[in-house]
Amino acid sequence: MPLNAIDSLALSHFLLTGAVLFCLGLIGFISRRNLIIMFLCTEMMFQGVAVSLVAFSRFHLNDTGQTFVIFVLTIAAAEAALALGLVVLLFRRKKTLDALAWSDLKG
Amino acid sequence: MPIELIKLVPWIPLLGAALCGVCCMKPVWRKAAGPISVLSIFIPFLITCGVYSAAKHLNDTQQVQTVYSWIGVGEFQVNMAYFIDPLTMVMLFVVTGIGSLIATYAMGYMKGDRGYARFFMGVSLFIFAMTTLVMADNLVLLYLGWEGVGLCSYLLIGYYYDKPFAVAAAKKAFIVNRIGDLGFALGIFLTYMTYHTVSLSVVTDMARHAVEQGFDPTTADLWIPFLLMLGAFGKSAQIPLHVWLPDAMAGPTPVSALVHAATMVTAGVYMIARLMPVFQLSPYALPTVATVGGVTALFAGTIALCQYDLKKVFAYSTVSQLGYMFLGVGALSTFGGIFHLFTHAFFKALLFLTAGSVMHALAGQLDLRAMSGLRHKMPVTCWLMFAGCLALAGFPFTAGFFSKDTILAEAMVRGTGEHGSTLFFWLAIMGLATAFLTAFYTFRLWFRVFMGPEHFEMGDDDHGADDAHGDDHGHAHEPHEMPWWPMNAPLAVLAVGALFAGLIFSGWMTTNIEESTAQPAVALNIQTDPQTAPAYEIIAVSDQADTHAAAADSHADAGHGDDHEAHRAHGIHVLLKWVSSFIALLGIALAGYFHWLNRPLTDQIAKRFSGVVEVLYNKYYVDELYDLTIVKPLRRLGHGFYLFDQFVINGLVMTVGYLPRLVGWSVRPTQSGQIQGYGLGMVMGMALVALLVFKWAF
Repeated sequence: MPLNAIDSLALSHFLLTGAVLFCLGLIGFISRRNLIIMFLCTEMMFQGVAVSLVAFSRFHLNDTGQTFVIFVLTIAAAEAALALGLVVLLFRRKKTLDALAWSDLKG
Repeated sequence: MPIELIKLVPWIPLLGAALCGVCCMKPVWRKAAGPISVLSIFIPFLITCGVYSAAKHLNDTQQVQTVYSWIGVGEFQVNMAYFIDPLTMVMLFVVTGIGSLIATYAMGYMKGDRGYARFFMGVSLFIFAMTTLVMADNLVLLYLGWEGVGLCSYLLIGYYYDKPFAVAAAKKAFIVNRIGDLGFALGIFLTYMTYHTVSLSVVTDMARHAVEQGFDPTTADLWIPFLLMLGAFGKSAQIPLHVWLPDAMAGPTPVSALVHAATMVTAGVYMIARLMPVFQLSPYALPTVATVGGVTALFAGTIALCQYDLKKVFAYSTVSQLGYMFLGVGALSTFGGIFHLFTHAFFKALLFLTAGSVMHALAGQLDLRAMSGLRHKMPVTCWLMFAGCLALAGFPFTAGFFSKDTILAEAMVRGTGEHGSTLFFWLAIMGLATAFLTAFYTFRLWFRVFMGPEHFEMGDDDHGADDAHGDDHGHAHEPHEMPWWPMNAPLAVLAVGALFAGLIFSGWMTTNIEESTAQPAVALNIQTDPQTAPAYEIIAVSDQADTHAAAADSHADAGHGDDHEAHRAHGIHVLLKWVSSFIALLGIALAGYFHWLNRPLTDQIAKRFSGVVEVLYNKYYVDELYDLTIVKPLRRLGHGFYLFDQFVINGLVMTVGYLPRLVGWSVRPTQSGQIQGYGLGMVMGMALVALLVFKWAF
């Protein structure tokens, strides 16, 4: 039974997957300087969180978490369009995607 | 004319000043300012003439004309009220009459000047302040006028505000006057504390009553006159506050004539005359006034001998003549003081304005050494100034002769006889010496400028060169006579006054002073308290105050003037007339010899006594002395305060302001501007929070 197959997986597997996704994104965000890669890393962190939410939702047999994830995904899509647009604009300005080029707020 | 019209007198010039202010706004309107100003001074003159006869017959309630209630705080009531008595009327005649003549002259003199409207605004405003001063019924309103004329004087001295010396002179005048005004203000406070009113009519009545009935001077009685006197010395340029007046000549010449010779500077004399009974309350006040006046007269007279600046000579002669007026009021001869004020206004205005004409013709040249024999170039000015010089020198039967002799004779009467005080005797001698000096330096100037070989150097001033002459005939050419209208015609009127005012107005003035509150009070019952004896002695002979020949019958009114004293006083008056005529003629003759006929000899003598000349030329180094003893220490003190402010107070403030900057500087490196850095920071922070939460929560 496919259902059982899933049941045999414990909650911790899913949470671990989410945590791995989140940490990969975080490390990528901190260590890379390419604006697009950084953006993709934030998306990855998003997905890690979404996986955790869905896992909790299924575990508690409560649909609220999944509903919430759908909303988050919608917003993430919109935000992705916006953020990529910004990246394009920034690239036009300085002809580079290096985040260090934008350190004008240095104290 | 109804007497109420007199309430308008100060307000018309104020309106005129406002209109002149409007005229400043557009260059096209500027030309209207002169006529507006002249009218705003001449209409009050007509009103004064119109109500004069009515003003002579006022009862006590009519004498005070209230316009509105000005200040009312509890029991302290000050009204915008005018006190009308013959003395006020005399002063109004001087202020508005001489004022309108000078303003008319100024229409020509200032023509084409950039600040034409501004100038006439100042003049109108000055007349407002001066009429308020002489009409004021209370000391506070008088103080308003007093400060008002001070302000106008400041504005008009500093008229050429782009010239540093004019600005410095204006500041000097203002500051020196403030020193005197401080004393005046304190005097007003003390008057209010003593009499519980500041109304002049009430205060003088009370003081007169006290003097007539006999009294013991209280401390306030002793102090009030000395405080008020300080204000008078400042305004009327008496030692030690005389230094501002000669510098005040930096203003346009009509201003020198109107403000610094004919009217404003006489405010001190007027104030003492007005408050005569109050001054009589202090045994030492009037002798002090007379001494300061006599010393100033001689002191300024000697300085005038060695000045080369045309206007400076007249400025010092003004200081000297004001000294005479103080000697007059100090010798209890209000008549002499005010009469000299009246005649002096004519001839000094005339002298200044003719000096202005010379200056105008020579493009701002004022140095006596740079001009000579101008009588052919400027015949009218020459003879107009001659009339003024005769009056100033006290030539027999000119205006200055009568008034000056009255003062000297009164001082002499005070100084001789049974009750005579040596002080007044010597003051009278000093006055006679001054009379000689006056005749000499006045004619030194006139002979130098108008007689002798023709010679002149043009000044470098472009004053009025643009369109003062209607065409392009500028100042680079020849000196020229002034036009009759509007310049020489008013001068002719003044010249007539300078020659004949003494003869015509002597009797008129006597009755006016007798009917005013300025008439010195007479002690009815004289007690001899050894401590205050000197005071009573002076008061005792005060019934001689008006023994001028024209006023001989005033003795009968005084009630107890004894015939012997009257006879003695009359004798002194006659003797003094002969003596001072002789002195004046001698002075004029010597001046003619030394400065017309034999100039090389004069130069030799001046070289021989170059030390004396140097001291006199430098005005006895009074300015330098003040600079050393007052100005420099004050500057050092100010510099000390500056350093304290800069390092202690400012240091504290700066430290407080520096602390946030220090904090900011220390945490600034955390703002790297790199997104990765911020991300790392967030992560570390989150990790820290998580660590803490897990450590303590579970």
